[in-house]
Amino acid sequence: METLMVILVGILISVGTYLILSKQMLRIVLGVSIVGHAVNLLIITSGGLKMGTAPLLGETAPGFTDAIPQALVLTAIVINFAVTALVLVLCYRAYRNFGTDDMEQLRGNEHE
Amino acid sequence: MFYAYIFLPFMSAILVPFLFKYFKHRVHTGWFVLLVPLSIFIYLSQYIPSVAAGGTYKYTLSWIPSLDVNIVFYVDGLSLLFGTLISGVGSLVIMYSIFYMSKAREALHNFYIYLLMFMGAMLGVVLSDNLLVLYGYWELTSVSSFLLISYWYERKSSRQGALKALLITVLGGFGMLAGFIILIMMANTYSIREMIASLEVIQSHVLFIPAMLCILLGAFTKSAQFPFGIWLPDAMEAPTPVSSYLHSATMVKAGIYVVARMTPIFGGSSVWFWLVAGIGIITLLYGSLTALKQTDLKAMLAYSTISQLGLIMCLLGVGSLAVYYGPGESGTIFTVAGFAALFHLFNHSTFKGSLFMVVGIIDHETGRRDIRYLGGLMQVMPITFTIALIGGLSMAGLPPFNGFLSKEMFFAAVNDVSKAGIFGLGSIGILFPIIAWVASIFTFIYCMIFIFKTFGGQYRPEKLTRKVHEAPWGMLISPVILAILVILIFFFPNVLGKYILSPALTAVLPTMQASSYDLKISAWHGINLELLMTFGVIVVGFLLFTTSKKWIQVMRNYPQGLTLNHWYNQALTGTERLSASLTNKYMTGSLRHYLIYIFSFFVIVLVSSLLLLYGIRFDFSNHAAISIFDVGLVLAMVIAACTVLFASNRIMAIVALGALGYMVSMFFVIFRAPDLALTQMVVETVSTLLFLLCFYHLPKLKKGIERIPFKLMNLIISIAMGLTVTLLALSANGHKLFEPITSFFENAYELAGAKNIVNAILVDFRGFDTMLEISVFAIAGLGVYILVHQRSKRREQYENE
Repeated sequence: METLMVILVGILISVGTYLILSKQMLRIVLGVSIVGHAVNLLIITSGGLKMGTAPLLGETAPGFTDAIPQALVLTAIVINFAVTALVLVLCYRAYRNFGTDDMEQLRGNEHE
Repeated sequence: MFYAYIFLPFMSAILVPFLFKYFKHRVHTGWFVLLVPLSIFIYLSQYIPSVAAGGTYKYTLSWIPSLDVNIVFYVDGLSLLFGTLISGVGSLVIMYSIFYMSKAREALHNFYIYLLMFMGAMLGVVLSDNLLVLYGYWELTSVSSFLLISYWYERKSSRQGALKALLITVLGGFGMLAGFIILIMMANTYSIREMIASLEVIQSHVLFIPAMLCILLGAFTKSAQFPFGIWLPDAMEAPTPVSSYLHSATMVKAGIYVVARMTPIFGGSSVWFWLVAGIGIITLLYGSLTALKQTDLKAMLAYSTISQLGLIMCLLGVGSLAVYYGPGESGTIFTVAGFAALFHLFNHSTFKGSLFMVVGIIDHETGRRDIRYLGGLMQVMPITFTIALIGGLSMAGLPPFNGFLSKEMFFAAVNDVSKAGIFGLGSIGILFPIIAWVASIFTFIYCMIFIFKTFGGQYRPEKLTRKVHEAPWGMLISPVILAILVILIFFFPNVLGKYILSPALTAVLPTMQASSYDLKISAWHGINLELLMTFGVIVVGFLLFTTSKKWIQVMRNYPQGLTLNHWYNQALTGTERLSASLTNKYMTGSLRHYLIYIFSFFVIVLVSSLLLLYGIRFDFSNHAAISIFDVGLVLAMVIAACTVLFASNRIMAIVALGALGYMVSMFFVIFRAPDLALTQMVVETVSTLLFLLCFYHLPKLKKGIERIPFKLMNLIISIAMGLTVTLLALSANGHKLFEPITSFFENAYELAGAKNIVNAILVDFRGFDTMLEISVFAIAGLGVYILVHQRSKRREQYENE
């Protein structure tokens, strides 16, 4: 299962990287979002999968799944979301201001 | 008491602006400044008798005791010789500058602050015993020289000259610092004294030669030796008192001082001899040859300074042979060469100082400095002419002036070298007297040009910009004193020799017993080879001078492209252009390029370190089982990701991204992470909503705007990234070095009173993370708010239009 997840993470990272390298701003935001998902899955995976029950003390089955990666991912999800929201609005502003979403055109003065 | 005098220049520099401000129109600031070098000179003179009797003084001032770096001043013959030169010539130069620098027009406070700063730094250089302190003072002389050269900073040539001088001398300074540090490491002490005491350790050390080369680089750049001398002629843009003081009498001798100071340590090795004597004699020839071509008097004197410094350097190199031979007959012969070096060093300061002052007077009174416009000044400026004649003939090496004595000793020294027969001198040693003799002829010719093209010939007042008359008396005092010294030294050289030069020589060559050689300088020593050589110089030089009109033009046509200056300029602009083009090549301003660098670096470093350092091992033993459901979910995610990748419109990409997020939350369900699943679901919903909200305003996704090579590059990098992460994760997953610490958090109920472990971690065990995460959220929210509400100036412009 871990191997399968790792391969999935690899594919997601590839897709995300490809999107980040493209010219259009929106694609870059999409790419960042996908890489975020990939990393979250990787953190969970590295804690070991399907071992035991959910980390709730009421459960009776022996052993819990690792709670630390879950706490970490929970934090990561929220921060990811905050960043995505900010970047999205930034894109919107940049597009409104400069009239283009082509990253190759959004360069310093001497490249215009 | 000693410290008061040593730090006096720095202390008094603080007062200069106030004196300048309050006495601006009444008293020339220079009169106050004059007291400083004068009092230092008088104070240092008191040391002469006791130092001549063999005494030395050491003063230690605690500075950084924990690092053993203290300001240690050491007064012996050599530092006293330099100290008196610095303060003595300094007084004369300030005296001269009082009449040279206009009270009304010039920024005198700047001038005297820089000059005092330089004086203090120079005194520090020659008196320091601690190498690091010496280096500090050394750089301070470079900086103050830079400030003085660019004193008239509104002129472009001044700024360029200053920059050149700074670049070259600081380059050498860094070299010297490296050399000093190596030396300190070898000897395990900062003190030059103690280094000389532990010579065996240093001389047998592997780094002996590198240290020597580094220190010599510093000495050669400062003393304008070949090929680093090019900064000195450009430094002539400084006011003439500065040229006279820094660029003839003191600063350019700092390198010579270091060479002399280091002779007990490095002397006696063949590399040292060949570098010091060889470079010295090349510089002598180069300087005298180039001086011939100059039409500007100051440039001519600058090259002549370079040439004379080469002479002194060569003599020091020859003198270092005495260390090789040790006390004995051969050693004594070369000790005399060392003595000649110090003697000529003193003589050069006297006559070159006076010559620069003469040029300053000519410049000041005629408005011209070019010999093509000058001539016949003999009638109008008789006193200046007399001084120029004395200085010039002394520089040419004629009796009855002090230059004659030191030139004779120089000839004697190079003749001895040709007979020495060590260090491979047997075969090419004969070159030394030949080059020396030829260079002396050139020296003779340019001295004649200097004197007779300026003062002899036709007087042409129409070519001069001012009405010419004799210089004011105040301007003449200093050169007259120097000229009198020139003659006095010729007649009474042994007074100087006994009281100042002999103790200095003891410092340079401590192994030689002062009593073992007879240091009598005599003007007439019988008809010998040296006298015949001088005679030859005069005859050949005179013949060449009378025919100079014919051949000097040929020399002036020497192609510009082959001069050292040209190469320096080429190198400077070349490196500038190279670095600019290099930077422009990789700093393209394109985000994508930078991302490519970052990703490639990530891939290369991670993969290579994985493969080279650790080797990749996989361990699948502990892995959980795979169900059909998992496989299906994975496949669905891959499809969703590819949909985002290939989506041709915005809605599709956004919905596919949302699907991806929901599937991630389904994974969290499978992985027994209910809180995560919940959060992910909510967050994904909100962010999809946000995307949808924005999407109306966002640009359409375009297809086909990217070319194939562009896509190919992206493909390669993204696949490499994916593979790297996969590889890393796989190899890391198999290895658990120790048990996870989760079991501790399973006590959540006892410790925190919570049944949900994840929540207990978030708000109790690791509550800090959560707090900061909340602030991240708050900041992002604020950012979004500001971005949405702040009106753009550019947009308003559009709207107004």
